[in-house]
Amino acid sequence: METPRHSALVRVTHWLTVISFVALLVTGLEIVISHPRFYWGETGNVNMKPLFTIPIPSSRDTVPTGYGYVMPDQNGWSRYLHFESAWVLVLTGLVYGIASLLNGHFRRDLVPERGERTLGAHWRRIRQYVRRKAPDADEVQSYNVLQRTTYLVVIFVLFPLVIWTGLALSPSFNAAFPWGVNLLGGRQSARTLHFFVTWALVLFFVVHVAMIAVSGFWKRTRGMITGHAEPQEEAMVTKEVA
Amino acid sequence: MKPISRRAVITSGLAAAGVAGLAVADRIAGRHGLIPPDCRGIYGAGETLTYAAHRLVTRDSKAREFPRNMISKNPFANETAPPSDQFKKLQAGGFSDWRLTIDGMVAHPMTLSLADLRSLPTHSQITEVACEEGWSYVAEWIGTPLSGVLREAGVLPQVRYLKYFSIQPEWSDSIDMADAHHPQTFLTMGMNDGELPVGFGGPLRLRVPRQLGYKSVKYITRITATDEMKFQGEYAWFAGI
Repeated sequence: METPRHSALVRVTHWLTVISFVALLVTGLEIVISHPRFYWGETGNVNMKPLFTIPIPSSRDTVPTGYGYVMPDQNGWSRYLHFESAWVLVLTGLVYGIASLLNGHFRRDLVPERGERTLGAHWRRIRQYVRRKAPDADEVQSYNVLQRTTYLVVIFVLFPLVIWTGLALSPSFNAAFPWGVNLLGGRQSARTLHFFVTWALVLFFVVHVAMIAVSGFWKRTRGMITGHAEPQEEAMVTKEVA
Repeated sequence: MKPISRRAVITSGLAAAGVAGLAVADRIAGRHGLIPPDCRGIYGAGETLTYAAHRLVTRDSKAREFPRNMISKNPFANETAPPSDQFKKLQAGGFSDWRLTIDGMVAHPMTLSLADLRSLPTHSQITEVACEEGWSYVAEWIGTPLSGVLREAGVLPQVRYLKYFSIQPEWSDSIDMADAHHPQTFLTMGMNDGELPVGFGGPLRLRVPRQLGYKSVKYITRITATDEMKFQGEYAWFAGI
Protein backbone atom coordinates (compact mmCIF):
# COMPACT_ATOMS: atom_id res chain seq x y z
CA MET A 1 0.00 0.00 0.00
CA GLU A 2 1.33 3.42 -0.89
CA THR A 3 2.00 5.89 1.89
CA PRO A 4 -0.95 8.27 2.20
CA ARG A 5 -0.40 11.91 1.34
CA HIS A 6 -1.75 12.88 4.76
CA SER A 7 -1.77 10.59 7.78
CA ALA A 8 -5.09 9.62 9.36
CA LEU A 9 -4.25 11.79 12.39
CA VAL A 10 -3.64 14.85 10.22
CA ARG A 11 -6.83 14.25 8.23
CA VAL A 12 -9.09 13.80 11.27
CA THR A 13 -7.62 16.73 13.23
CA HIS A 14 -7.67 18.93 10.10
CA TRP A 15 -11.41 18.52 9.60
CA LEU A 16 -12.22 18.85 13.30
CA THR A 17 -10.27 22.11 13.22
CA VAL A 18 -12.16 23.29 10.14
CA ILE A 19 -15.53 22.57 11.74
CA SER A 20 -14.67 24.22 15.06
CA PHE A 21 -12.94 27.19 13.38
CA VAL A 22 -15.95 27.95 11.21
CA ALA A 23 -18.28 27.62 14.20
CA LEU A 24 -16.04 29.90 16.27
CA LEU A 25 -15.85 32.46 13.47
CA VAL A 26 -19.59 32.63 12.85
CA THR A 27 -20.52 32.73 16.53
CA GLY A 28 -17.68 35.15 17.29
CA LEU A 29 -18.91 37.61 14.68
CA GLU A 30 -22.42 37.17 16.08
CA ILE A 31 -21.16 38.07 19.57
CA VAL A 32 -19.23 41.08 18.23
CA ILE A 33 -22.45 42.50 16.79
CA SER A 34 -23.73 43.06 20.32
CA HIS A 35 -20.93 45.59 20.83
CA PRO A 36 -19.16 46.47 17.57
CA ARG A 37 -16.76 48.85 19.32
CA PHE A 38 -13.18 48.12 20.36
CA TYR A 39 -11.04 49.68 23.06
CA TRP A 40 -7.52 49.52 24.42
CA GLY A 41 -6.67 48.98 28.09
CA GLU A 42 -8.66 47.43 30.92
CA THR A 43 -12.09 48.97 30.49
CA GLY A 44 -14.31 50.20 27.68
CA ASN A 45 -18.00 50.95 27.25
CA VAL A 46 -20.31 53.28 25.33
CA ASN A 47 -19.40 56.16 27.68
CA MET A 48 -15.77 55.85 26.63
CA LYS A 49 -13.90 56.69 23.45
CA PRO A 50 -13.37 53.59 21.33
CA LEU A 51 -10.13 52.70 19.56
CA PHE A 52 -12.26 51.96 16.50
CA THR A 53 -15.76 50.84 15.68
CA ILE A 54 -17.05 48.50 13.01
CA PRO A 55 -19.61 50.40 10.92
CA ILE A 56 -22.47 47.95 11.32
CA PRO A 57 -25.75 48.03 13.27
CA SER A 58 -25.66 46.42 16.70
CA SER A 59 -27.92 43.80 18.25
CA ARG A 60 -28.31 46.09 21.30
CA ASP A 61 -30.14 49.41 21.32
CA THR A 62 -27.73 50.74 23.97
CA VAL A 63 -24.90 50.97 21.42
CA PRO A 64 -24.90 54.22 19.43
CA THR A 65 -24.12 52.99 15.91
CA GLY A 66 -25.82 55.72 13.90
CA TYR A 67 -28.11 53.16 12.30
CA GLY A 68 -31.74 53.35 13.30
CA TYR A 69 -31.88 49.57 13.30
CA VAL A 70 -31.24 46.96 15.98
CA MET A 71 -30.27 43.50 14.79
CA PRO A 72 -31.77 40.36 16.36
CA ASP A 73 -29.96 39.13 19.47
CA GLN A 74 -28.42 35.67 18.94
CA ASN A 75 -25.89 35.73 21.78
CA GLY A 76 -27.42 32.92 23.85
CA TRP A 77 -26.74 30.03 21.47
CA SER A 78 -23.78 31.82 19.89
CA ARG A 79 -21.93 31.91 23.19
CA TYR A 80 -22.83 28.29 23.99
CA LEU A 81 -21.54 27.14 20.59
CA HIS A 82 -18.49 29.42 20.71
CA PHE A 83 -17.16 27.84 23.90
CA GLU A 84 -18.11 24.30 22.96
CA SER A 85 -16.26 24.75 19.65
CA ALA A 86 -13.33 26.23 21.52
CA TRP A 87 -13.09 23.01 23.53
CA VAL A 88 -13.12 20.95 20.32
CA LEU A 89 -10.39 23.17 18.86
CA VAL A 90 -8.19 23.06 21.96
CA LEU A 91 -8.52 19.30 22.50
CA THR A 92 -7.96 18.62 18.79
CA GLY A 93 -4.92 20.88 18.85
CA LEU A 94 -3.51 19.07 21.88
CA VAL A 95 -3.91 15.65 20.25
CA TYR A 96 -2.41 16.90 16.98
CA GLY A 97 0.46 18.74 18.69
CA ILE A 98 1.51 15.94 21.02
CA ALA A 99 1.20 13.24 18.35
CA SER A 100 3.09 15.34 15.81
CA LEU A 101 5.94 15.92 18.24
CA LEU A 102 6.15 12.19 18.95
CA ASN A 103 5.77 10.85 15.41
CA GLY A 104 8.07 13.38 13.80
CA HIS A 105 5.40 15.10 11.66
CA PHE A 106 6.60 18.57 12.70
CA ARG A 107 10.26 17.74 12.23
CA ARG A 108 9.79 15.86 8.93
CA ASP A 109 7.02 17.83 7.20
CA LEU A 110 6.83 21.32 8.71
CA VAL A 111 10.20 22.51 9.99
CA PRO A 112 12.00 24.08 6.99
CA GLU A 113 14.73 21.87 5.63
CA ARG A 114 18.34 22.66 6.32
CA GLY A 115 19.64 25.13 3.78
CA GLU A 116 16.13 26.52 3.27
CA ARG A 117 15.99 28.41 6.54
CA THR A 118 16.75 31.80 5.04
CA LEU A 119 14.71 34.79 4.01
CA GLY A 120 16.12 34.33 0.51
CA ALA A 121 14.63 30.85 0.25
CA HIS A 122 11.22 32.26 1.25
CA TRP A 123 11.58 35.10 -1.22
CA ARG A 124 12.41 32.70 -4.05
CA ARG A 125 9.14 30.81 -3.40
CA ILE A 126 7.13 34.02 -3.22
CA ARG A 127 8.47 35.07 -6.64
CA GLN A 128 7.61 31.65 -7.95
CA TYR A 129 4.01 32.04 -6.75
CA VAL A 130 3.67 35.57 -8.08
CA ARG A 131 4.95 34.53 -11.51
CA ARG A 132 2.64 31.53 -11.37
CA LYS A 133 5.42 29.12 -12.23
CA ALA A 134 4.80 25.40 -11.95
CA PRO A 135 5.96 23.90 -8.64
CA ASP A 136 9.35 22.22 -8.42
CA ALA A 137 9.51 18.45 -8.52
CA ASP A 138 10.32 18.27 -4.81
CA GLU A 139 7.07 20.04 -3.93
CA VAL A 140 4.87 17.26 -5.19
CA GLN A 141 5.44 15.05 -2.18
CA SER A 142 6.32 17.66 0.46
CA TYR A 143 5.72 21.26 1.47
CA ASN A 144 8.02 24.05 0.30
CA VAL A 145 9.61 26.41 2.79
CA LEU A 146 6.92 29.08 2.46
CA GLN A 147 4.19 26.56 3.19
CA ARG A 148 6.17 25.15 6.11
CA THR A 149 6.75 28.53 7.71
CA THR A 150 3.12 29.52 7.22
CA TYR A 151 1.82 26.32 8.83
CA LEU A 152 4.25 26.70 11.73
CA VAL A 153 3.15 30.30 12.32
CA VAL A 154 -0.53 29.28 12.24
CA ILE A 155 0.04 26.30 14.56
CA PHE A 156 2.51 27.82 17.01
CA VAL A 157 1.72 31.54 16.93
CA LEU A 158 -1.80 32.34 15.72
CA PHE A 159 -3.75 29.49 17.33
CA PRO A 160 -1.98 29.85 20.71
CA LEU A 161 -2.56 33.61 20.55
CA VAL A 162 -6.25 33.33 19.73
CA ILE A 163 -6.68 30.84 22.59
CA TRP A 164 -4.72 33.01 25.02
CA THR A 165 -6.58 36.22 24.14
CA GLY A 166 -9.87 34.29 24.36
CA LEU A 167 -9.04 32.87 27.79
CA ALA A 168 -8.09 36.39 28.92
CA LEU A 169 -11.78 37.31 28.43
CA SER A 170 -12.90 34.79 31.05
CA PRO A 171 -13.43 36.50 34.41
CA SER A 172 -12.91 33.27 36.39
CA PHE A 173 -9.80 32.31 34.44
CA ASN A 174 -8.42 35.80 34.98
CA ALA A 175 -9.08 35.40 38.69
CA ALA A 176 -6.84 32.33 38.78
CA PHE A 177 -4.22 33.56 36.30
CA PRO A 178 -4.25 37.37 36.38
CA TRP A 179 -0.99 37.66 34.41
CA GLY A 180 -2.80 36.13 31.42
CA VAL A 181 -4.85 39.26 30.89
CA ASN A 182 -2.48 41.78 32.50
CA LEU A 183 0.34 40.89 30.08
CA LEU A 184 -1.98 41.70 27.19
CA GLY A 185 -2.65 45.16 28.61
CA GLY A 186 -6.06 44.53 30.14
CA ARG A 187 -9.43 43.04 29.31
CA GLN A 188 -10.34 45.36 26.44
CA SER A 189 -6.87 45.02 24.88
CA ALA A 190 -7.30 41.25 25.03
CA ARG A 191 -10.67 41.54 23.30
CA THR A 192 -9.23 43.77 20.57
CA LEU A 193 -6.26 41.41 20.05
CA HIS A 194 -8.64 38.42 19.94
CA PHE A 195 -10.43 40.20 17.09
CA PHE A 196 -7.19 40.96 15.18
CA VAL A 197 -5.74 37.46 15.55
CA THR A 198 -9.05 36.11 14.29
CA TRP A 199 -8.62 38.14 11.09
CA ALA A 200 -5.05 36.86 10.72
CA LEU A 201 -6.48 33.32 10.88
CA VAL A 202 -9.20 34.26 8.39
CA LEU A 203 -6.51 35.60 6.05
CA PHE A 204 -4.68 32.27 6.28
CA PHE A 205 -7.96 30.42 5.70
CA VAL A 206 -8.74 32.44 2.55
CA VAL A 207 -5.26 32.09 1.06
CA HIS A 208 -5.15 28.39 1.97
CA VAL A 209 -8.45 27.70 0.20
CA ALA A 210 -7.42 29.87 -2.77
CA MET A 211 -4.18 27.90 -3.18
CA ILE A 212 -6.13 24.65 -3.03
CA ALA A 213 -8.53 25.97 -5.65
CA VAL A 214 -5.59 26.85 -7.92
CA SER A 215 -3.91 23.47 -7.51
CA GLY A 216 -7.10 21.43 -7.96
CA PHE A 217 -9.80 21.84 -5.35
CA TRP A 218 -11.36 18.36 -5.44
CA LYS A 219 -8.05 16.56 -5.82
CA ARG A 220 -6.60 18.33 -2.78
CA THR A 221 -9.79 18.04 -0.74
CA ARG A 222 -10.03 14.34 -1.56
CA GLY A 223 -6.41 14.00 -0.47
CA MET A 224 -7.28 15.46 2.90
CA ILE A 225 -10.32 13.17 3.25
CA THR A 226 -9.07 9.81 1.97
CA GLY A 227 -5.35 10.38 2.25
CA HIS A 228 -4.90 9.63 -1.45
CA ALA A 229 -5.18 12.21 -4.18
CA GLU A 230 -4.13 10.27 -7.19
CA PRO A 231 -5.13 8.40 -10.29
CA GLN A 232 -7.71 5.71 -9.75
CA GLU A 233 -10.05 7.83 -7.65
CA GLU A 234 -9.74 10.74 -10.00
CA ALA A 235 -10.58 8.56 -12.98
CA MET A 236 -13.67 7.31 -11.18
CA VAL A 237 -14.95 10.76 -10.40
CA THR A 238 -14.43 11.89 -13.99
CA LYS A 239 -16.47 8.92 -15.18
CA GLU A 240 -19.32 9.71 -12.81
CA VAL A 241 -19.41 13.33 -13.87
CA ALA A 242 -19.40 12.32 -17.52
CA MET B 1 -11.29 -18.09 11.70
CA LYS B 2 -9.74 -14.81 10.76
CA PRO B 3 -6.81 -13.93 12.99
CA ILE B 4 -7.45 -10.90 15.16
CA SER B 5 -5.29 -8.05 13.95
CA ARG B 6 -3.18 -5.98 16.25
CA ARG B 7 -5.00 -2.87 15.09
CA ALA B 8 -8.39 -4.39 16.03
CA VAL B 9 -7.11 -5.31 19.49
CA ILE B 10 -5.71 -1.83 20.08
CA THR B 11 -8.81 -0.09 18.72
CA SER B 12 -11.29 -2.11 20.77
CA GLY B 13 -9.05 -1.81 23.81
CA LEU B 14 -8.99 1.96 23.48
CA ALA B 15 -12.75 2.09 22.92
CA ALA B 16 -13.42 -0.01 26.02
CA ALA B 17 -11.03 2.12 28.07
CA GLY B 18 -12.74 5.23 26.75
CA VAL B 19 -16.23 4.05 27.71
CA ALA B 20 -15.05 2.94 31.15
CA GLY B 21 -13.17 6.22 31.59
CA LEU B 22 -16.25 8.25 30.72
CA ALA B 23 -18.38 6.29 33.19
CA VAL B 24 -15.83 6.82 35.96
CA ALA B 25 -15.45 10.51 35.07
CA ASP B 26 -19.23 10.95 35.20
CA ARG B 27 -19.44 9.46 38.71
CA ILE B 28 -16.51 11.48 40.04
CA ALA B 29 -17.87 14.66 38.44
CA GLY B 30 -21.32 14.08 39.93
CA ARG B 31 -19.89 13.50 43.40
CA HIS B 32 -17.64 16.56 43.37
CA GLY B 33 -20.14 19.00 41.89
CA LEU B 34 -18.58 19.36 38.44
CA ILE B 35 -21.83 19.03 36.47
CA PRO B 36 -23.70 22.30 35.71
CA PRO B 37 -27.52 22.46 35.55
CA ASP B 38 -27.35 23.01 31.77
CA CYS B 39 -25.32 19.85 31.13
CA ARG B 40 -27.91 18.45 28.70
CA GLY B 41 -28.64 19.26 25.09
CA ILE B 42 -26.28 19.94 22.23
CA TYR B 43 -24.20 22.46 24.17
CA GLY B 44 -24.12 20.39 27.36
CA ALA B 45 -20.73 18.80 26.71
CA GLY B 46 -18.98 22.15 26.26
CA GLU B 47 -20.69 23.67 29.29
CA THR B 48 -19.80 20.69 31.47
CA LEU B 49 -16.14 20.85 30.41
CA THR B 50 -16.04 24.59 31.13
CA TYR B 51 -17.74 24.34 34.50
CA ALA B 52 -15.76 21.29 35.62
CA ALA B 53 -12.46 22.89 34.55
CA HIS B 54 -13.28 26.01 36.54
CA ARG B 55 -14.35 24.16 39.63
CA LEU B 56 -11.16 22.08 39.51
CA VAL B 57 -8.77 24.94 38.75
CA THR B 58 -10.30 28.25 39.84
CA ARG B 59 -12.62 27.34 42.73
CA ASP B 60 -10.92 29.52 45.37
CA SER B 61 -9.28 32.14 43.18
CA LYS B 62 -10.09 35.82 43.71
CA ALA B 63 -11.25 38.18 41.00
CA ARG B 64 -8.64 40.80 40.12
CA GLU B 65 -8.88 43.92 42.29
CA PHE B 66 -7.69 47.25 40.94
CA PRO B 67 -6.06 50.33 42.41
CA ARG B 68 -8.32 53.27 43.16
CA ASN B 69 -7.02 55.29 40.19
CA MET B 70 -8.40 52.65 37.83
CA ILE B 71 -12.03 53.20 38.89
CA SER B 72 -13.94 54.11 35.72
CA LYS B 73 -14.93 57.75 35.55
CA ASN B 74 -17.81 56.96 33.22
CA PRO B 75 -19.25 53.58 34.16
CA PHE B 76 -22.14 52.34 32.06
CA ALA B 77 -25.29 51.39 33.96
CA ASN B 78 -26.86 49.36 31.12
CA GLU B 79 -30.59 49.51 30.58
CA THR B 80 -33.13 47.80 32.77
CA ALA B 81 -36.85 47.30 32.34
CA PRO B 82 -38.92 50.27 33.58
CA PRO B 83 -39.23 50.08 37.39
CA SER B 84 -42.31 48.25 38.63
CA ASP B 85 -44.92 50.10 40.72
CA GLN B 86 -43.74 48.16 43.75
CA PHE B 87 -40.19 49.45 43.18
CA LYS B 88 -41.38 53.03 42.73
CA LYS B 89 -43.32 52.87 46.00
CA LEU B 90 -40.27 51.62 47.91
CA GLN B 91 -38.08 54.23 46.24
CA ALA B 92 -40.47 57.00 47.33
CA GLY B 93 -40.00 55.80 50.91
CA GLY B 94 -36.21 55.96 50.63
CA PHE B 95 -36.07 52.14 50.46
CA SER B 96 -36.64 51.96 54.24
CA ASP B 97 -39.22 49.22 53.62
CA TRP B 98 -36.91 47.22 51.29
CA ARG B 99 -36.66 43.64 52.53
CA LEU B 100 -34.38 40.75 51.64
CA THR B 101 -35.81 37.33 52.41
CA ILE B 102 -33.53 34.35 52.91
CA ASP B 103 -35.49 31.11 52.71
CA GLY B 104 -35.52 27.58 51.34
CA MET B 105 -33.19 24.99 52.85
CA VAL B 106 -31.91 27.09 55.73
CA ALA B 107 -32.16 26.47 59.48
CA HIS B 108 -33.26 30.05 60.22
CA PRO B 109 -35.25 31.71 57.43
CA MET B 110 -35.00 35.45 57.82
CA THR B 111 -36.04 38.80 56.47
CA LEU B 112 -33.53 41.65 56.55
CA SER B 113 -33.91 45.39 56.00
CA LEU B 114 -31.15 47.47 54.45
CA ALA B 115 -30.38 48.76 57.96
CA ASP B 116 -29.96 45.15 59.12
CA LEU B 117 -27.55 44.53 56.25
CA ARG B 118 -25.62 47.71 57.02
CA SER B 119 -25.11 46.55 60.61
CA LEU B 120 -23.19 43.54 59.29
CA PRO B 121 -19.43 43.77 58.56
CA THR B 122 -18.86 46.13 55.63
CA HIS B 123 -16.29 45.25 52.98
CA SER B 124 -15.31 46.87 49.73
CA GLN B 125 -13.70 45.66 46.53
CA ILE B 126 -12.58 47.43 43.37
CA THR B 127 -13.52 44.97 40.67
CA GLU B 128 -14.56 44.98 37.04
CA VAL B 129 -18.05 44.40 35.68
CA ALA B 130 -17.68 42.61 32.36
CA CYS B 131 -20.82 42.30 30.25
CA GLU B 132 -21.22 39.35 27.91
CA GLU B 133 -21.70 41.90 25.12
CA GLY B 134 -18.05 42.94 25.45
CA TRP B 135 -17.98 46.20 27.41
CA SER B 136 -16.71 46.67 30.95
CA TYR B 137 -15.98 49.13 33.75
CA VAL B 138 -14.23 49.13 37.09
CA ALA B 139 -15.96 50.36 40.24
CA GLU B 140 -15.64 50.13 43.97
CA TRP B 141 -18.39 47.97 45.41
CA ILE B 142 -19.31 48.31 49.07
CA GLY B 143 -21.44 45.81 50.92
CA THR B 144 -21.41 42.76 53.10
CA PRO B 145 -20.15 39.36 52.00
CA LEU B 146 -23.03 37.00 51.26
CA SER B 147 -21.21 34.23 53.16
CA GLY B 148 -21.82 35.98 56.52
CA VAL B 149 -25.56 36.18 55.89
CA LEU B 150 -25.60 32.54 54.82
CA ARG B 151 -23.83 31.56 58.03
CA GLU B 152 -26.48 33.32 60.13
CA ALA B 153 -29.27 31.72 58.14
CA GLY B 154 -27.69 28.30 58.64
CA VAL B 155 -27.59 26.88 55.13
CA LEU B 156 -28.22 23.13 55.31
CA PRO B 157 -25.33 20.88 54.21
CA GLN B 158 -27.20 19.39 51.25
CA VAL B 159 -27.76 22.78 49.61
CA ARG B 160 -26.12 23.01 46.18
CA TYR B 161 -27.44 26.25 44.69
CA LEU B 162 -28.70 29.65 45.68
CA LYS B 163 -31.44 31.17 43.58
CA TYR B 164 -31.80 34.92 43.83
CA PHE B 165 -34.66 37.09 42.67
CA SER B 166 -34.98 40.70 41.61
CA ILE B 167 -37.99 42.84 42.47
CA GLN B 168 -38.32 43.29 38.71
CA PRO B 169 -40.65 40.58 37.41
CA GLU B 170 -39.05 37.54 35.80
CA TRP B 171 -35.50 38.52 36.68
CA SER B 172 -33.59 35.98 38.70
CA ASP B 173 -30.49 33.84 38.51
CA SER B 174 -28.56 31.28 40.54
CA ILE B 175 -25.05 30.33 41.61
CA ASP B 176 -23.37 27.28 43.11
CA MET B 177 -22.05 27.20 46.67
CA ALA B 178 -18.44 27.87 45.61
CA ASP B 179 -19.55 31.30 44.41
CA ALA B 180 -22.13 31.72 47.20
CA HIS B 181 -19.46 31.35 49.91
CA HIS B 182 -16.79 33.17 47.90
CA PRO B 183 -15.39 36.15 49.88
CA GLN B 184 -15.95 38.56 46.96
CA THR B 185 -19.63 37.70 46.50
CA PHE B 186 -21.28 40.75 48.05
CA LEU B 187 -24.71 42.00 48.90
CA THR B 188 -23.82 45.42 47.54
CA MET B 189 -25.36 48.66 48.80
CA GLY B 190 -22.66 51.20 47.94
CA MET B 191 -20.61 52.13 44.90
CA ASN B 192 -17.57 54.39 44.66
CA ASP B 193 -17.99 55.77 48.20
CA GLY B 194 -21.67 56.63 47.76
CA GLU B 195 -25.01 54.86 47.80
CA LEU B 196 -25.46 52.32 45.02
CA PRO B 197 -27.34 54.27 42.33
CA VAL B 198 -30.60 52.75 41.07
CA GLY B 199 -29.17 52.42 37.55
CA PHE B 200 -26.40 50.21 38.89
CA GLY B 201 -28.73 48.04 40.97
CA GLY B 202 -29.46 50.12 44.06
CA PRO B 203 -30.54 49.71 46.71
CA LEU B 204 -29.33 46.10 46.71
CA ARG B 205 -27.37 44.17 44.10
CA LEU B 206 -25.70 40.79 44.35
CA ARG B 207 -22.15 41.17 43.00
CA VAL B 208 -20.55 37.99 41.65
CA PRO B 209 -17.29 39.41 40.30
CA ARG B 210 -15.88 36.13 38.94
CA GLN B 211 -18.76 35.82 36.51
CA LEU B 212 -20.07 38.00 33.69
CA GLY B 213 -22.34 40.91 34.54
CA TYR B 214 -25.61 39.09 33.99
CA LYS B 215 -25.04 37.01 37.15
CA SER B 216 -24.86 40.23 39.24
CA VAL B 217 -28.63 40.69 39.44
CA LYS B 218 -29.99 44.11 40.44
CA TYR B 219 -32.70 44.89 43.02
CA ILE B 220 -32.43 41.67 45.05
CA THR B 221 -35.38 40.84 47.33
CA ARG B 222 -35.12 37.10 47.88
CA ILE B 223 -32.48 34.38 48.11
CA THR B 224 -33.55 30.74 48.23
CA ALA B 225 -31.28 27.82 49.11
CA THR B 226 -32.00 24.62 47.21
CA ASP B 227 -30.46 21.24 46.44
CA GLU B 228 -31.70 20.91 42.88
CA MET B 229 -32.36 23.08 39.91
CA LYS B 230 -33.98 22.82 36.53
CA PHE B 231 -32.21 25.29 34.30
CA GLN B 232 -34.24 27.06 31.64
CA GLY B 233 -32.50 29.97 30.07
CA GLU B 234 -31.10 31.31 26.88
CA TYR B 235 -27.66 32.10 28.28
CA ALA B 236 -25.15 29.71 29.81
CA TRP B 237 -25.80 29.10 33.50
CA PHE B 238 -22.14 29.36 34.46
CA ALA B 239 -20.87 32.74 33.31
CA GLY B 240 -17.29 32.50 34.54
CA ILE B 241 -16.49 31.10 31.07
